Amino acid sequence: MSAHQQAAPAPVGGKLLNTATFVCGVLIAAMIAILFVRFIFGLGAVTNLNDGYPWGIWVVFDVVIGSAFACGGFSVAMLVYIFNKGQYHPLVRPALLASLFGYTLAGVGVIFDLGRYWNFWHILWPTYANPNSVMFEVALCISAYITVMWIEFSPVFMEKWGLKVQKKKLEKVLFFFIALGTLLPMMHQSSLGTLLVVMGGQVNPLWQTPVVPLLYLLSAVAIGYGVVLFESCVAASAYRREIEVYLLEPMAKIMLGVLAVFLVVRVVDLVWRGALGHAFSPSLEAFFFWLETALFVLPFLLVATTAARRNPARLFLAGVAIMLGGIFLRVNGFLIGYDTGPGWHYFPSIAEMLVTIGMFAIEVLAYIIITRRFPVLPREAAVEFKG
Amino acid sequence: MKPDQTSRRNFLRGVLAGGAAAASAVLPETACARDTLQRPPEGLGLLYDATLCVGCQACVAACKQANENPAEFTAMDKLWDTPLDTTGHTFNLIKMYRNGTMQTKDSELNGFSFMKTSCMHCADPSCVSACPVSAMIKDPVTGVVGYDPDACIGCRYCVAACPFGIPKYQYDSPTGKIGKCELCRHRHKDGHYSACAEVCPTGATLFGRTEDLLAEAKRRLALKPGEWTTIPRGRLAKPGETEKEAARWKGLLDQSYQAMVGNYQQHVYGETEYGGTQVLKLSAVEFEKVGMPNLPPKSSAATSETIQHTLYGGLVMPVAVLAGLTWFAKRNVVHDDETPKGDKS
Repeated sequence: MSAHQQAAPAPVGGKLLNTATFVCGVLIAAMIAILFVRFIFGLGAVTNLNDGYPWGIWVVFDVVIGSAFACGGFSVAMLVYIFNKGQYHPLVRPALLASLFGYTLAGVGVIFDLGRYWNFWHILWPTYANPNSVMFEVALCISAYITVMWIEFSPVFMEKWGLKVQKKKLEKVLFFFIALGTLLPMMHQSSLGTLLVVMGGQVNPLWQTPVVPLLYLLSAVAIGYGVVLFESCVAASAYRREIEVYLLEPMAKIMLGVLAVFLVVRVVDLVWRGALGHAFSPSLEAFFFWLETALFVLPFLLVATTAARRNPARLFLAGVAIMLGGIFLRVNGFLIGYDTGPGWHYFPSIAEMLVTIGMFAIEVLAYIIITRRFPVLPREAAVEFKG
Repeated sequence: MKPDQTSRRNFLRGVLAGGAAAASAVLPETACARDTLQRPPEGLGLLYDATLCVGCQACVAACKQANENPAEFTAMDKLWDTPLDTTGHTFNLIKMYRNGTMQTKDSELNGFSFMKTSCMHCADPSCVSACPVSAMIKDPVTGVVGYDPDACIGCRYCVAACPFGIPKYQYDSPTGKIGKCELCRHRHKDGHYSACAEVCPTGATLFGRTEDLLAEAKRRLALKPGEWTTIPRGRLAKPGETEKEAARWKGLLDQSYQAMVGNYQQHVYGETEYGGTQVLKLSAVEFEKVGMPNLPPKSSAATSETIQHTLYGGLVMPVAVLAGLTWFAKRNVVHDDETPKGDKS
């Protein structure tokens, strides 16, 4: 059996200029204007960053959350190639595409935030290396992963441009890149959590734990499946395609399994460290802890039964819930539960938000262009929207 | 071939591999445990005694001059330097604790007290552990935590990591640097020690080897509050210091005077916090009330590096997991290709 045989990838086709791409273009233009100011006058000119909150949404949203959202490719590829669940093959390419852009933009976006960006290459230069630094591991690993993902995705371009010989050669060694592409996200998604450890007591005990790498890894895998649910539903509705419920139903079940492991680790850790008391204090941190936890529990209420998992609306909502849970786990650790003493406050400026939105717009725009022109989404008999 | 069985078996194997990878992430801190680092024996530092400080801010002005930092205005008239906290342009500041009527110095109730804010030069600094490009380096001999702007990428992880909130970034500049006290290491070769200690009129800030400063701090704690004692100023000589050793530093050797012993908290701040710091502090008011955080003896750098080295030490774990993943991927990708297909994908 070969599931992908019945649904080989093909370009969706259609016009590239429409309302969605136009809005994306405007948002991207706004972002470029703000970045112009940032690079001429410094970070203080456009952001609300300060020494009590040196990391704002450009780090926490664009990189920490953005890369977790880009775990769809990793999560699905792991299912197909490591756990040999070939039937999910049609989901690999679209998921990988979203991951490719998510990560590439996280890598580019971090330049905007670097105060001394012209030195960014130091992170890859051996004489500057500090292997004790969690950030060093994250940066190196993400850079490597972006390269690996472009290699994993390159058959798409080779198919489009008819490079058959090159594609054959690449396919012979592709298994190694697929393995590497599974290892690298495991490494840096966990390390993104470990970034918190050195901050010590400044991070609320609800999020400061030695098992934080495991929590971030498990949640990233679960978010990966959640994002695929979300994207499949959005792509299906935007392109007027049929939703691949026969694939999403069992995948949602796997997602619940990973999520269950995550929740068990989360609760056992809180109880073990005696940190659960903080969740019952009348504080902002406690409120956001419960919000985060509720969002992680919500998928169990939405898609617990097979019948529920066949309902696209429920699948979509479960995907959104797990994505929001992932947002709050990370925002809570890095911003809401991060306290450097009295007097320090941070809320992102409009300009900061516009840059983050602009980066998202690039992702959406690129996804539309590539899926319309390159063989990514599974071929469908009736593509109605031929503009 | 029965694909269902094979796939189930592979799935289980995959689960095992994944489980092993996940389990390795929570291995107990054993082989790779990284202990909290200790102060180097010849480490240099400061002793700040809040009971001797008169809040004149001479050290703040001297620090600005020594580090060529601009004045920072917070008052409308912009007549003199009035930073409200340390910043990327202010590396040292005397802050004030106030309570009630503020009648008595060094009294927690209805009193006031001063506290110096500057780099503590930790034995096991979070900023050094955090920095991805080795721009923050602890000198192995002097123990001074120095900053190299030419290496720095400006990620500000050091700012986020420091429990004292010391490294600060210059947000007002397109080429901003990190600013922090480096114990005036750039002046050491000319025989000048830390400018703050050099100018302190009361010996509240004293420069020396941390080991000697710690002994001096403990001497003061052992005295009876209110009695008179000899207080050194400027630099504290090490016991049995030779003339040649003394000649390394400029300035009068003996600037000591008689002062009254303060009503100290029986705690040398920095003796054990995070494995110890090279800047030590004495205070009559509880340390947490004057802005010094309550820190455990184990550094967060040790916890963080233990996790990192357990997972990545010698790249053993990543290579092992990669080998396993490659094995599965090779099997499953080949399996994928060998199936008859009408379409190339």
